[in-house]
Amino acid sequence: MKAATKIRLVSIVLGCAALEAACRAGLIGRFTMVPPSRMLTSIAQILWSGRINDEIAATLSGVVIAAVSASLAGFLLGATLHAWPRARAAIDPFLATYYAIPIYVLYPMFLVLFGMNRIPIVVIGFMFAVVAMMTSTLNGLDRVPRALLKTALVLRMGWVSTVFRIVLPAASPYVLGGVKLATAYAFVGVLGAEFILSNSGLGYQIGLAFNNFDNPTMYGLILFVVFVVGSVNTALFAWERSLLRRQTR
Amino acid sequence: MSARGDSLILLGLVLLFWQGLYFVVGDIALAPPLATVGHAYELLASADFWPNVASSFRALGIAVLIEVFAGLVLGVLFGLNRLLGEVVEPVLVTFYSIPKIVFYPIVLMFCGIGLLSVVVFAVMHGILPILLFTMTAVRSIRPVFLRTARAMRLDFWQMLWSIALPATIPEVFTGLRIGFAGTMLGVLLSEMFGSKNGLGFMLMNAIGLNQVNLIMSLTLLLVSFAALVNLGLLHVDRRLHRR
Repeated sequence: MKAATKIRLVSIVLGCAALEAACRAGLIGRFTMVPPSRMLTSIAQILWSGRINDEIAATLSGVVIAAVSASLAGFLLGATLHAWPRARAAIDPFLATYYAIPIYVLYPMFLVLFGMNRIPIVVIGFMFAVVAMMTSTLNGLDRVPRALLKTALVLRMGWVSTVFRIVLPAASPYVLGGVKLATAYAFVGVLGAEFILSNSGLGYQIGLAFNNFDNPTMYGLILFVVFVVGSVNTALFAWERSLLRRQTR
Repeated sequence: MSARGDSLILLGLVLLFWQGLYFVVGDIALAPPLATVGHAYELLASADFWPNVASSFRALGIAVLIEVFAGLVLGVLFGLNRLLGEVVEPVLVTFYSIPKIVFYPIVLMFCGIGLLSVVVFAVMHGILPILLFTMTAVRSIRPVFLRTARAMRLDFWQMLWSIALPATIPEVFTGLRIGFAGTMLGVLLSEMFGSKNGLGFMLMNAIGLNQVNLIMSLTLLLVSFAALVNLGLLHVDRRLHRR
């Protein structure tokens, strides 16, 4: 194990121990935060009882639908724009500004349009994710080496085989980087929308526990969300790195 | 120039789509573009709008000051110290990718309702891009600059001011631009739940009372403001990178 990893693990463990001590000693009030050990037992009980299984399923399926549809749509839109420079130049300022806009402010409008159900939540997740996928696709297609495209010409490859044997493999690390970003953004959009105003999902349950002063449940759920999102993102990050490594080999 | 014309055409298409959508769904859900602009104009002239603007901008200003200072100092520190950087980077990147909103109740528990929680939550959103961009940029400073600094026995602050900052200005500015967008989102979100004034509070109120015109005109103003600030910062950003 690398020294940095060791130091990181030790600091995290020490940090949790200090937090535990501060909570137990009353330095941090019982109504402010429950000790980390209590968060763990709380989430274990909640998961064991199965009473939030439906909420977990709702959130995760929302994220999956948003991320998959945003990845597909973002890829197609990115590829179209790449083939059509005039449209790309026109849309460029919109893409560059997109993430500066607080997308959640559109959520109330979607609530009115689609009603209080899962649809506006998934739409927000999709909107968070799709532009990241578009820009990653454009970036990946821009970086296909000229030499490879010329090789395809020299070998007189048709456009189908050029796309599948040259362009897509060369652009794949960036395209998958887009999928990673789209997934992370879909989590942000879905959980945020659930928290703001909804009647289902993990974000909603956290808000509910907060309003009921049910600290053990609230902190347990937050820990669970951090764990799930953290491990999904870490896995995607590792996958992307292995793809990039393969390409530079 | 023609690209700019095309962009305007695209903007026109968006407005047309909006108008078309209004014809389909009607008054309960949407206000048409022209009427929304009219309402936004009325809003700008109304008395109870500006105190909310002032309160949002105060929180935004304080948060930006804090995160720029802390983000720069920590970014340079983690960038210069290899081991420290390696220790914290995965933690920071993980935290960056987690939806901050799930931590909102914790912020409220510790800071209570009011300016403090708004600022803290906004800083949580905005500091990481500044910190991470600065750290990455400092790591790629040409080693000869750092050796020169060591030969001249500069202390940390002199190093920050006369070596690290000038060498990394374009990347730091990019971090700042992205951080600013996050900060604004943080201010609005936390005003929606944990404040009794501000634009986020106004928006949440309008949602509660289902005032479609107010929701739409506020949204229009917020989106326009965010877009204009970002386009301005983007302009500076691109000039810096071209140097």
